[in-house]
Parts: sequence; structure tokens; C-alpha cells
Amino acid sequence: MKFVDEYRQEPEVHCVLEALKRVAIHPWTIMEICGGQTHTLLRSGIDRMLPETVTIVHGPGCPVCVTPLEQIDRAIAIARRPGTIFASFGDMLRVPGSGTDLLAVKANGGDVRIVYSPLDAVKLASANPDREVVFFAVGFETTAPANAMAVWQAFHGGVRNFSILSSHVLVPPAMEAILGSPENRIQGFLAAGHVCTVMGYEEYEPIAARYRVPIVVTGFEPLDLMQGLFMTVASLEAGRIGVENQYSRSVRREGNPEARRMIDEVFEVCDRPWRGIGVIPKSGYRLRPAYAAHDALTRFDVAGISAVESPLCIAGTIMQGIKKPGECAAFGGRCTPEHPLGAPMVSSEGACAAYHRYGRTA
Amino acid sequence: MSDKRGPDFLASSCPIPIFDYPTIQLAHGGGGRLTKMLIETIFVPQFANAALDELHDGALLDVAGSRLAFSTDSYVVRPIFFPGGDIGSLSVNGTVNDLAMCGARPLGLSAGFILEEGLPMEDLWRIVGSMKTASAAAGVSIVTGDTKVVDRGKGDSVFINTAGLGLVPPGITISPKRAKPGDVVILSGSMAVHGIAIMSVREGLEFGTELVSDTAPLAGIVAALIAGLGPRVHVLRDPTRGGVASTLNEIAASAGVGIVLDERSLPVREEVQGACEILGLDPLYVANEGIFLALVDREAADEALSILRADPLGRDAVIVGEVVADHPGTVWLKSRIGGTRVVDLLTGEQLPRIC
Amino acid sequence: MCLGVPGRVERIDPNALGFATGIVSFGGIRKEICLAYVPEVKVGDYVLVHVGFALSTIDEAEAAAMFEDLAQLGELEGLDAQEPR
Repeated sequence: MKFVDEYRQEPEVHCVLEALKRVAIHPWTIMEICGGQTHTLLRSGIDRMLPETVTIVHGPGCPVCVTPLEQIDRAIAIARRPGTIFASFGDMLRVPGSGTDLLAVKANGGDVRIVYSPLDAVKLASANPDREVVFFAVGFETTAPANAMAVWQAFHGGVRNFSILSSHVLVPPAMEAILGSPENRIQGFLAAGHVCTVMGYEEYEPIAARYRVPIVVTGFEPLDLMQGLFMTVASLEAGRIGVENQYSRSVRREGNPEARRMIDEVFEVCDRPWRGIGVIPKSGYRLRPAYAAHDALTRFDVAGISAVESPLCIAGTIMQGIKKPGECAAFGGRCTPEHPLGAPMVSSEGACAAYHRYGRTA
Repeated sequence: MSDKRGPDFLASSCPIPIFDYPTIQLAHGGGGRLTKMLIETIFVPQFANAALDELHDGALLDVAGSRLAFSTDSYVVRPIFFPGGDIGSLSVNGTVNDLAMCGARPLGLSAGFILEEGLPMEDLWRIVGSMKTASAAAGVSIVTGDTKVVDRGKGDSVFINTAGLGLVPPGITISPKRAKPGDVVILSGSMAVHGIAIMSVREGLEFGTELVSDTAPLAGIVAALIAGLGPRVHVLRDPTRGGVASTLNEIAASAGVGIVLDERSLPVREEVQGACEILGLDPLYVANEGIFLALVDREAADEALSILRADPLGRDAVIVGEVVADHPGTVWLKSRIGGTRVVDLLTGEQLPRIC
Repeated sequence: MCLGVPGRVERIDPNALGFATGIVSFGGIRKEICLAYVPEVKVGDYVLVHVGFALSTIDEAEAAAMFEDLAQLGELEGLDAQEPR
């Protein structure tokens, strides 16, 4: 496949790896903030190939993992309602809520359906006018244009039985929360290439300046990651701060203006709780009042649902990069992919599941 | 024994240990860890016997100096008609292949039908016609059967059970336990075609493709391999539900050996790659139908490949890995860029993802 | 959220609500994709697709430039490796 296979070739990846090894003289701690990047690093084995001077920390880049427990419970409450079709991306179906998960709700007769695109959920609503169709709108900024369009099309197309349960989270506030923490060890960031495809990287420039770190917008293939790491370490060794763009075949500084316009039309920024971390101000999207009719939170009166996390799950410290999955007392014992205590063990991109699956214990 | 549904990725995977559930969950039919637990904790202890304990695709019975292979499978695939096949052809090929994976030549099949009241007669005619074609292609007859009808709403259109008897040539023992360090792992054809073909017609995920299921009877190509290699064929297995990854994990655990795969050798068609990329699926875990894994003596590798490639069903046969003494019970993969990772057994069916 | 896959635009259709959709090929499999966010796209272009939406057109010149940089890096690496220590 073009623009895919070329970035998965051993000679090029090793060429950059050798350059990285030569430039990485001092120890550096770098965070990658996207579950897809974690996935590639571990799947391709890059994490084991890096020089000892380079430490990679997997940040809270898994929107599935950071969706608060009460949001899962709300989704389950809606999915259980008779006459409701609950549509979701596959990622969310096994995430444990307080008592159960969406897949179990389906097993017990709930109409839960996996869709590829939010527009598929709108189509379901048009095809089933006597049913309520709710879409679980989870994601970073990457998915916001798609969810915004779905709501916009439902609104303008008169598809009144369609609504979304919005659980969007934003990357820059999370980065600031991590960098601003007194325990912060992160010296450089790989920014999420697909988030930046939408949003651009202008908003990262003040962050890089304020916290004096290099940030490299990075893609998702092995060669992209190796190059992103090389560029970050090269900047760290040279004492350079600021934002660089490794993923230039897809990312422009201003991002995608049409997509940003649609997001702004449909959504507004709000405070958002992150599972395991707590509330990060101005770190989420909610529907604007004009689109309130398509907001499942009020439509189904589930805003009042709240939940308490398992005390054993240290998802927050793992996602902030303070601890590694192997350092959790429950990892591999009480908490495994079969019996997960928190989302990072269930989501295939979660740091804990990835470590468990790919055979790392530390 | 295995529950050979078509790929139903919406099958539930419950995160709570098996006995914490008072009832059967969909995940118990998933072919992954929970199916394994169900078999090992409910069926095997109560039925306990030497033939069953092998837990291979079929059982071997000694009968008057010959060895018979005996296998059964039930088919509950949805949709019942899909590109490249239907529940009928699947049910014939599936049991023929289970017998072949024991090294047996199929002698005869039974077919039991559970039909839901209201099933269109045309659909049944079509399914049965498909079974006739498939069994002729496999060189086996359906010699006995049964039919039951259940009330509307209690049967989900049609379920089929097929069972089969086959004859194992003398001197041939095919068993997962025979895998030994040094063996090569051969895959007879391209991965994930069946699972992706089914996915292409799934509501919510459908896409345009020329791909059709590769369901096919493998008895002939297997017989040729055994005729050529004899006891140098150690293990045969068709990687159905759970994909190549799950099957290799089972073999590694059964034999107490390690397996190392070479990602660069894994045969994947570009269309299959495209579908897996957009759905976020790993082809190693996607169900297959018309291909099989053969673990053979290293010295016999070239001979095995030329026998397989001479058959239309094996023209893409390739060595994908080897058996090692290290990390017994675990499958490792050398990635395309020279890194390494573990290929684990999944908990439930692989779900499409966006992250 | 990360799964973005490059695909080739095979066909573009105008939509009732004013936003174009089209058929994009991923290694030969074809999917209907919303092209609203890449209004300048043409048939034959490659786009990055996430959950049924094209989010950007792949800049082939930038992609080529990256490989040129890589080739230069490789030469440097090769030269350095040959230098006596």
C-alpha cells in the first residue's frame, strides 16, 4: 500500500536508528502521547531497539483509557433502554464500567452496534425513525470533525432521533498538566500526528516556549516514530526548544481549516474529567446550545450518574508517565486483559494491555 | 474440539472469571481464552478419556488394526450466505478439514440440521445444493443426517452440525504434541481472506471488494503432503477462529515449545491489508478457512513447499517461522523492521478499532 | 485517536447537503468516504482517512523530501562509519 509500506522498511528505520544512537549521548525522557504510536512502538519492537539513553514514556493518549468511569456507566444506562440503538467504535465495547461493559449489555439483549464512522450512526437513525440512535462520541481532536459533521448533518437533515454522548478530550491541556506537574520528568514530546492533521501545531508553540521543551509532530509508522525520536533527541542534545514537524506529508502548521471550522460550529471547549487523572480545565468538547437537541447527556437524563474508581487501579500515574505498568501491584495478577481493573488494561492501546500483550513486565 | 462459528466479532468477552458468571456468555464461543476455559473446566473433566485429552481437531480411535479419525463441528455463521460460500459449504469443508488435520482421508459425513420455523425453502435448497457441491469437491459423501425444526424465534434460521469419519494411513501420527525444535512452520496460503470477506458484508463495516471466502476442502492437498513426507509431517492445523496467532499459541502450549514467526514472510494480500488497516485489525488474529499450518521436519521443508505449490490450493505456500526450544508455550514475532514482540492469545474476538 | 490510513481517491460525488463524498481505495478495497474537509481534492490524490473522513491530502512532495533527507543521513552515516577512530 502506497504511503504505508515505504515507512515499514528495515534499512531506512535502521539508518535513522544508527543516527539516533550516535546523537543520544545524554539520558533523555520523552513522552509519546498517542495510543497509536504506543501500538507501533511495541508491535514493531522499536522500544527494545532504542539506546539506553533514550527512555520513552507512554502518555494519556488513549481517549478510551481516559474516558471517565461515569461516562461508561452513562453509555451503559442508555444502551440498556428498550427501543434504543447504541452505536460505538469497537474500542469502547470492552471497557469496564462500574459493573459491566457494553459488550455484556449486548449479550443481554441491548441493541449495541459497532460502526466504522459516525455517519453510519446517522444512517441508522434515518433508517429507524421510531428508535432512538445514540453514538458514543469518544476521541481526541482527530475524531471531532467527524462527530461534528454527524451532528451537523442530523441537525440540518431533520434526523431528530440521533444524538451523541460526547466524551472528547484535547491534547494540549493534557500536555500542560503533565509538564506543569511538580513530578514531571518529561523532557521532550512526540505530538500526535493525526490530532495535528486537524488542529495544526500552532497551539504547541507557546507550550514549548513556556516549558522549554522540544515537541516533534510525529506520524505512526515505524519510520515516522524513529525519525520523530531522532529529531527530538537531536534538539535536546543541541539545547533547542520549539515545535518541529516530522509528519509533514500530512500535517500543516494551521491544520485543516475546514475541519476546525466545523468543530467550532458544533462544539465548544469545556472542562473535562480524565479517568485516573481528574478534571483538566478546558480539556474537552461539548455540544453548543444550538445543537442541544442532539446531546444524549440531557436527552436521556444521565448527567446525574457518577462513579467511584477501583482503588487498586493506578491508571492515572501510568498515563502521566510517573509509573510503568509493571510497577503496579495489580499488573498481571489481579489486573489482566481477562479481568481488567481499569481501561488501560482493556483498550488495546492502553499502556497496560500493550505491555501485557507484548510480553513486557517492566 | 472447537466451536467453528464464522467470525462474529460482536461475540461478547466478559472480563470476569468464568465461574463468576452463572450463565453462558457469547464469549464462551469465541475460540479464545474463555472457550478454552469452558472446555477445560466443564467438558474435559466430566468426559475424561485418553482420546479426548489430545484436544486436537479430531479424535483418533483404534478400530480393528486401523486408526479412525472422528470429528464434529457445529455451524452458526451469520450471514448464512456470504461472498464465496455459505453455511452449507462451510459445514462440509470444516469437518473435512478437521479430519485432514488428523492426517485422515474422509470416509463419510453426517449432517444434522436445526431449522427455524419460517426459514424460506429456497434458502434450504440453496444450502443443501452448496453442501452437495462441496462434498463432491472433497470426494466424500454425506451418508447420514437428521432434521429438527424449532419454533420461530428460537433458532436464528439454520444451525448445522456435521460429523465425519476418516481413515489415518498407517505410520502417520499428526498431533500438536509432535512439534519439535527445529521444525519449520509452513502456511499453505494467504492469511485472513475468509474473515475479511465476511466483514465486507457486515452492517456498519461493509466495504467494496473482490475478495471472497477461501473456504475449500483441504483433504486432497494434505493427502499429497503426507504421501510425500510421511512421518516428517508433525503437526497440521487449520487456523479458523482466532486466526494463525491463536492456533500457533495452542500448538506451542500443547507441545511445550516456542515458535518464532517472521513478519516479512507472512502472506497477506494487498486487499486484506487495506481492510485490516482501516478497521484496525491484525491479520494474524482474523479467521481463515481454506488454508492450513504444517509443522514439518526442517530437512523436508523444500519438498513440502514443492508438493503444496503444485496444488492450486497451495500455490502461495510459504515458510513463515520455526519451532524453537526457547520460551516454551510462547509465540514471538520478528517484525518487518527487525524488532521483536510476543504474539499473545487474545481474550475475546478482535474488534475493529479507531485508536 | 490515531488510526489514519492513506487511500487513493477513485471517485468524487457531490452530496445533497453540499459536502462531497467519494470512493477511496485502500489497497484495492473501496469505501465511501466523506471528502468535506478536503474540498480541493482530485481523483488520483491520496488522502489520509479516519473514521470515514478524509482529513488531509497527502503531500507527495513532502513525502519525497523526507526520503531525500534520509538518503543524505544514510550517506553521512556511511561516511562516518568508514572514518578511522
